[in-house]
Amino acid sequence: MDYDELIQLFKEGSYRALSRAISIVENKEPGFRKIIAEISRTGGNGYIIGVTGPPGSGKSTLVNELAWGYRSIGKRVGIIAVDPSSPFTGGAFLGDRVRMQRIATDKGIYIRSMASRGHLGGLSAAARNVSRLLDAFGFEIIIMETVGVGQSEVDIVKAADTTIIVSVPGLGDDIQANKAGLMEIGNIFVINKADLTGVERVEMELDKIIKMAYHSASWKPPIIKTVASRGEGITELIEAISKHERYLKDEGLFSQKRRGRIEEELVTLISDHLFEHFSPKIEDKVSLKALTDKIINHELDLYSAAEAVVESILKEKDKGGVKIET
Amino acid sequence: MATTKVIRVLVAKPGLDGHDRGAKVIAHALRDAGMEVIYTGLRQSPEQIAQAALQEDVDVVALSCLSGAHNALFPKVAQLLKEQGMDDVLIIGGGIMPDEDIPFLREKGIADIFTPGTSLKQIVNYIKENVK
Repeated sequence: MDYDELIQLFKEGSYRALSRAISIVENKEPGFRKIIAEISRTGGNGYIIGVTGPPGSGKSTLVNELAWGYRSIGKRVGIIAVDPSSPFTGGAFLGDRVRMQRIATDKGIYIRSMASRGHLGGLSAAARNVSRLLDAFGFEIIIMETVGVGQSEVDIVKAADTTIIVSVPGLGDDIQANKAGLMEIGNIFVINKADLTGVERVEMELDKIIKMAYHSASWKPPIIKTVASRGEGITELIEAISKHERYLKDEGLFSQKRRGRIEEELVTLISDHLFEHFSPKIEDKVSLKALTDKIINHELDLYSAAEAVVESILKEKDKGGVKIET
Repeated sequence: MATTKVIRVLVAKPGLDGHDRGAKVIAHALRDAGMEVIYTGLRQSPEQIAQAALQEDVDVVALSCLSGAHNALFPKVAQLLKEQGMDDVLIIGGGIMPDEDIPFLREKGIADIFTPGTSLKQIVNYIKENVK
């Protein structure tokens, strides 16, 4: 199918067209800009839920049950499930679907597995574009599941309206809980596998984090206990998500958050484009070898060398002058 | 902007068959060959497999069956894929099956069948050479 046909079918609600569009956007195949331009005319109605947490904490099982729960109240759900790519071969084993059997043939649910493809923040570089596609396609709920994360993969908070952090009993003591990063970004904390021993301790530690890290915040993250494999606690979780959504909207934070997200993405894209524009010049015009030699011989430091390269590129650029079209 | 095309493969186990060691070994080998492998898990209906293939926009569907029901299940998957406009997908199969079933499966849209003794490299190369 050509792009016009693809976009037409996408608008008519063809899942095949959606799937193709996602691949084109993910691979940056020719035509991806056209698709992004087209879908940017609509959408903005899907509510984005981020689910993150360590490997094996039950994120996929939780997403399965969460999607099922939303389905039973009549919502259409799009899911993006990210798993890591190998840093050596680029290959990936995407196994999140295995845990999503219950929702696998529901026509109101769409699941897409994505490999992180070298991106380190917990999502893949294309995940936000894919979320935009799902939104434009008409999914009311979009769930983004990150790779199993450690302590500092906080991409998700920039992509989601509500971020859920999944913990499980038995992973570490309160020193882990005191660390900065992941534990500071949650809007809702879930203790999954809450039928295991040690659940009280995790709850106590999370409670402490909430009191300390969120003491001045007007939204205090609730702690929800779930046993996702048995569907327990899901109704409470959905209720907590709606409560957070209402809070964001009542306080005017929802549009503010989304605005900030667009600005931040724009800045990233600009710097990416600048880099792409100038990187051939860096290799062409500047003798990296000569500079490296100087650094090794203690004649120059890294920062001065980098500055010299940028200055020489800009000098060339200045001849034409720079004007920003708005 | 640089295009990054990666071969995406759905490794699926249709039917009532609880043995997926072979499928996992294949999945691992394909992963190590730089492909993105989506694994469906055990006991999938042809409808589940076809829906997963559609949502994941895969280039290859690799079916594994050790239960003896390949003649019923593989053609059904091929037919469903075709019905949803995915006739450009490379479908391959593997498992325990008699040689005399292979021509029938080929006729039904399974590009090739790999039985025990096939090297992993052979399968990787086959996919790389035949993917559309």
